[in-house]
Amino acid sequence: MTLANGWEMVIGLEVHTELLTKSKLFCACENHFGSEPNTNTCPVCLGLPGSLPVLNEVAVDMAMRIGIALHCTIAPSTFHRKNYFYPDQSKDYQISQYDLPINSGGYLDLPDGTRISIERAHMEEDTGKSTHVGGSGRLAGASSSLVDYNRCGVPLVEIVSGPDIRSALQARAYAAELRGILIATGASDGRLEEGSMRFDANVSVRKANEAFGTRCEIKNLNSLRSLQRAIDYEALRQIEVLEAGGSIRQETRHWDENLGETSTLRVKEDADDYRYFREPDLVDLAPSDAWQVAVREALPPMPAARRTGLLAHIPEPTGPERDAVDVVVDLDLDDYALGAIAGGIAPALAIARASNEVAAGIENRANLSVDAFTATLTMEQSGALSATQAKTVLGDILESGGSPEEKAAQRGYEQLSLDSLATTVATFIEQNPDEWNRYREGDEKLAQFFIGLVMKATKGQANGKAVIAELQRRR
Amino acid sequence: MTTALSIARDVNAGERSASSVLAASLAIVAARNEELNVFLHVDYEGATAMAAAVDERVAQGLNAGPLAGVPIAIKDNMCQTGIPTTCSSRILDGWRPPYNATVIDRLIAAGAVPVGKTNLDEFAMGSSTETSAFGPTRNPLDPTRVPGGSSGGSAAAVAAGMTPLSLGSDTGGSIRQPAALCGVVGMKPTYGLVSRYGLIAFASSLDQIGPFAATVTDSALLLEVIAGHDPRDTTSLPEPSPVLVAHVNDGVAGKRIGLVRELVEGADEDVVNAVNSAAEALRAAGATIVELSIPELRLGLSAYYLIAPAEASSNLARYDGVRFGLRVNGDDVTAMMEATRTAGFGAEVKRRIMLGTYALSAGYFDAYYGQALKVRTLMIDAFRRAYDHVDLLLGATTPSVAFAFGAKSHDPMAMYLSDVFTIPTNLAGEAAISVPFATGEAGLPIGVQILGPGRSEAQLFAAARVLEIADGRP
Repeated sequence: MTLANGWEMVIGLEVHTELLTKSKLFCACENHFGSEPNTNTCPVCLGLPGSLPVLNEVAVDMAMRIGIALHCTIAPSTFHRKNYFYPDQSKDYQISQYDLPINSGGYLDLPDGTRISIERAHMEEDTGKSTHVGGSGRLAGASSSLVDYNRCGVPLVEIVSGPDIRSALQARAYAAELRGILIATGASDGRLEEGSMRFDANVSVRKANEAFGTRCEIKNLNSLRSLQRAIDYEALRQIEVLEAGGSIRQETRHWDENLGETSTLRVKEDADDYRYFREPDLVDLAPSDAWQVAVREALPPMPAARRTGLLAHIPEPTGPERDAVDVVVDLDLDDYALGAIAGGIAPALAIARASNEVAAGIENRANLSVDAFTATLTMEQSGALSATQAKTVLGDILESGGSPEEKAAQRGYEQLSLDSLATTVATFIEQNPDEWNRYREGDEKLAQFFIGLVMKATKGQANGKAVIAELQRRR
Repeated sequence: MTTALSIARDVNAGERSASSVLAASLAIVAARNEELNVFLHVDYEGATAMAAAVDERVAQGLNAGPLAGVPIAIKDNMCQTGIPTTCSSRILDGWRPPYNATVIDRLIAAGAVPVGKTNLDEFAMGSSTETSAFGPTRNPLDPTRVPGGSSGGSAAAVAAGMTPLSLGSDTGGSIRQPAALCGVVGMKPTYGLVSRYGLIAFASSLDQIGPFAATVTDSALLLEVIAGHDPRDTTSLPEPSPVLVAHVNDGVAGKRIGLVRELVEGADEDVVNAVNSAAEALRAAGATIVELSIPELRLGLSAYYLIAPAEASSNLARYDGVRFGLRVNGDDVTAMMEATRTAGFGAEVKRRIMLGTYALSAGYFDAYYGQALKVRTLMIDAFRRAYDHVDLLLGATTPSVAFAFGAKSHDPMAMYLSDVFTIPTNLAGEAAISVPFATGEAGLPIGVQILGPGRSEAQLFAAARVLEIADGRP
């Protein structure tokens, strides 16, 4: 995307995701968000003298899933120590992969077809969490600091994109697509609000087709919205500086969500020298071919393939139908849509109900089986339930479980017999001869007039399609 | 003194009680520890309870293990639950580990009775125990001299007869050099043979726990107990503990042993003579002695003093006052860390942290640490070529007998040179043993060093046993 005066953004993203392992990367402590502080700890993750790390194989498995989903090459890899002093890092070094990552050289295709290269996706351990008391809430100036080591040693994969992203919106699309992929692999829950996915954005600007400009890195963005806003702000800031004849200093910047601004965190000259060297407490990691094949074969379809699969059921999808498919895939509701389609439900209806009604009650999805979903839509499709009733029934099942028949009965949605519908329709025809005559002469709008009367009389329990059928039969 | 082998046999047979063995051991500690400064901490209560537990097992008719009732001293860089563990440093002030090192678990399971923690050079950085924050250990054979280091306390415990066995750790010679200076047997096993879990790291790629004993057989017995794969140490070898004691008397008949020029050059005359006599003794026992040169060994010292400090600079970062040990307050976290580390570490530790930090720094890495790693590879290749021609190698353990306090402590280079013959084995990750053979200046013991490829411990014990017998200790 070209900005004013021919400026273009160049963006690369570094995305950290916590892995959904039961235990931490190098010890058996529970990997769990939200426990009492310092309860998921042991000599290893507290970095007590004499303790040694032992690599969690499930974490390796999950890292490979991510690599394969991003079309990376899996290669023999090593661990390094990244040395820097910080209280929430128990050993005062972080074990991370450095020059030989487990996954490298992949790509991610955005929904619009743009291909973003993936330089690497490597494993590392997370740090603990500091809370600074007094002052601004940052380390500097705090009167005291508290550290929770529960997160220390939680496995992370850092996914580094190439500098291929050209707008903040595209960065957001990349992050969203990557999130969907991570969730699909089962390696991450993608919960941004819990910090299980975090973004760093490298942003620079240039005139189209010129060499890359000097970049700034915005650290620790924790929502898609912040990501997009921070990049937009930062790019415009850089353009202003450059257009005023200034130059960009390579630096790390902090995004203030409330002010909507980035500010200098540290300049490159102050950057730590991490003194990376091979972690002597671990051996090289070389997953066998058989292991890699097993991971590859067990990997479920990724979002792009799932979207294509759902859209294939709709011959000429409209915009809203495409959006509905995106929602179904984003929220992992494919089973409902596909199950209902397999059960004979019109694909557009199945996808619509999944993307609206099921999505609205997604936190209770366990209450709604694919069979119950399909049964509800079958009733709707046959006319046994109106559209409104079907939606209500789905909501009720999500709320408290049960079958559509049971819920419909509880709501008093006893099926109006066709006989009683016919009687009702006949009554209204008799009471409204003028309208009936105009309808018979071809004024189709008047069908709605009669449907309205019937609905009112039946308190919405009639099926609109059945009313039209009766009107046409009598025409 | 009674050997560990005979103590365990007698205790299991009900002929002696573990409690009485412990009492005898503690009596010697009581008599000499004030003078020698061997133990930093004696665990009277725990040791008494463990000895009683051994006696209880025996009373129940159970086998109490291969080290039943054998008192053992532990170098104070290995973690034992609830027992102060200091690495002879102020920085660990007040810290008691909440867990046992794997070697401690294995010792206790084998019936051994850990009696306490022995003095060392601070964080095992030194060759005399003079860098200990708690004062040096004195050599039991001549209290005016150093016991060697860094495992000086553990070597002295055995030499003084306080315990028949002790554990040390060897990063560049820290078992073999004090063994030589104190006249006991010290073995540095193949890297990975003994779990490092619970050994407080100095240089992780070089550190290895090993046994001290008065006899070769006891040394083999102790190594059998502590060796073998440990799932808690990824770098530990995959196989279970090797059979060693059964091969101690295998001899050296038919073996080819290389007498290495670089492992005696620069040594005092008495030491050179002892090594030559040892070669003769081995020849007399049926070995073929081949004189050879491995010039790469001369590069060991300089490579070691880049690799070990580099790893140490990272390993010792965690002593920051945040979670355990000493804390000296400051205006903010960074000031607190600086004040804590300034107050907690001694001069030699600081020197090595600085050396290692420099060697790993951007712009210097390739010239220093990177270059040292290449030398390490050269060393490994050189040993491999040598072992194409011979089974074992022979040389001195140290350039001289025990030296006086202060003789080298003001000159780091002179001190570093006392490890010149032992360092190559650590760099190559291989095995070596120091066995007392003959005496030198002032009647002090000399250690002869036998080196072997990885997993050659049985052969090393057998060769050491030949020298032990030839030296008049049948």
